[in-house]
Amino acid sequence: MTEETLLSARGLSLHFGKVPALVNVDADLWPGEVLAVVGESGSGKTTLLNVLSGRMRADSGVTWYRDPQSRLHDVHAMPAPALRALHRSDWGFVHQNPRDNLRMSVSAGGNVGERLMAAGNRHYGNIREAAIDWLAQVEIDPARVDDMPRTFSGGMLQRLQIARTLVTHPRLVFMDEPTGGLDVSVQARLLDLIRSLVARLNIAVVLVTHDLAVARLLAHRIMVMQRGEVVETGLTDQVLDDPQHAYTQLLVSSVLQA
Amino acid sequence: MIPMLQVDSLEKQFTLHLRGGLSLPVLHGVNLTVHAGECVALSGPSGAGKSTLLRSLYANYRADAGRILIRHEGEMVDIAAAPPRTVVQVRAKTLGYVSQFLRVVPRVSALDIVAEAAPDRSQEKAAALLHRLNIPTRLHALPPATFSGGEQQRVNLARGFIGGHPILLLDEPTASLDAANADIVIAMITEAKARGVAIVGIFHDAEVRNRVADRLLHVAPLQDAA
Repeated sequence: MTEETLLSARGLSLHFGKVPALVNVDADLWPGEVLAVVGESGSGKTTLLNVLSGRMRADSGVTWYRDPQSRLHDVHAMPAPALRALHRSDWGFVHQNPRDNLRMSVSAGGNVGERLMAAGNRHYGNIREAAIDWLAQVEIDPARVDDMPRTFSGGMLQRLQIARTLVTHPRLVFMDEPTGGLDVSVQARLLDLIRSLVARLNIAVVLVTHDLAVARLLAHRIMVMQRGEVVETGLTDQVLDDPQHAYTQLLVSSVLQA
Repeated sequence: MIPMLQVDSLEKQFTLHLRGGLSLPVLHGVNLTVHAGECVALSGPSGAGKSTLLRSLYANYRADAGRILIRHEGEMVDIAAAPPRTVVQVRAKTLGYVSQFLRVVPRVSALDIVAEAAPDRSQEKAAALLHRLNIPTRLHALPPATFSGGEQQRVNLARGFIGGHPILLLDEPTASLDAANADIVIAMITEAKARGVAIVGIFHDAEVRNRVADRLLHVAPLQDAA
């Protein structure tokens, strides 16, 4: 239990003009843990993801990341090349729209292999082999390794993005609505895939979602945000089954039962 | 006798912010000690707070006051006050819970649902336990979403019992089962007790309760108690 956090943020605040996007937000993430950030649109959850991952700066506050050698890095004070290197290797980012991450003019195998090359791999045979292995892991027919992503369906593109992200075995992955905009049947497959990969590879995840069922399925802990503030945080099932804050009670009671 | 679970002065109320902050007290001053090999049945009328107590013991509901001490890896851990990560570990190793209804995960087969809960992820043990609970092999590869209520409950029971937790919380484990399957569950509970598992359960069926419970804890509705 004395295990150290992988990522810790203290006092993050950010305003867009007069609109508060983050109000004094603290966050901690331990290795292998899945943390869901929920709230309606405009609650600041995607902003939080962007700040924690160093893609955006806060007005105040600090974010620390502990590397595999147990050295602490202030994410927002890191030189840009070091942060880019981190995003290419030890970190991953899964976007809601896979086209934001994939290179649409490069083959499926190339998209997966490119991240390995960026991480320093040079042996073409090994890279292709890893790409084919990862396509199979995300349930894409390895025969399609040379096909262009534009010939893929939305669900396949999302799975290709996940293969591209996980090929370097990151310890920390940021996910922004990874199942948003997909058909429910495709969503179920993707959720199951994320759930099993994250558990098997012991990856820590910060998952932004507006879907409480997705949070329940994937996350150990949950943070509820409203107007940039964390209004409630705790065990996922406890927060969803016994919500304490008025806003969480509203969120939970607003879900349609299918 | 080793105390496995000890509840001191537990309080629980629900505050409904969407109903103008209406406050519903459910549990007041609940004390309970359960030793290894013992089964305590929660009794009391419907709505008295039995399920609320059971869910509080699992930290699914948050206690407002009092302690819930769980013997976890040789130490008493207060899961009413422990950080979420500790609760996750206590649940993984020590504290099992069989809910009344299976929350199905899309696409995951009955066999995998059970095997994932086994400490060694053994598919063979999962299959054996499903067979014991009369879930035939032809169903093992299917996700339980389309199963009958009784079949889902038995998958849920298999998942709850395969973990080998030293403390088990059972919410109506035989509610949707016919007599033959209820007998199997009673045998599994009896065997678990013989292994030293401490059990707290809600059993509406008086016969089932009489056969497994060593003691009753009466949960009275607070309005009556006051």
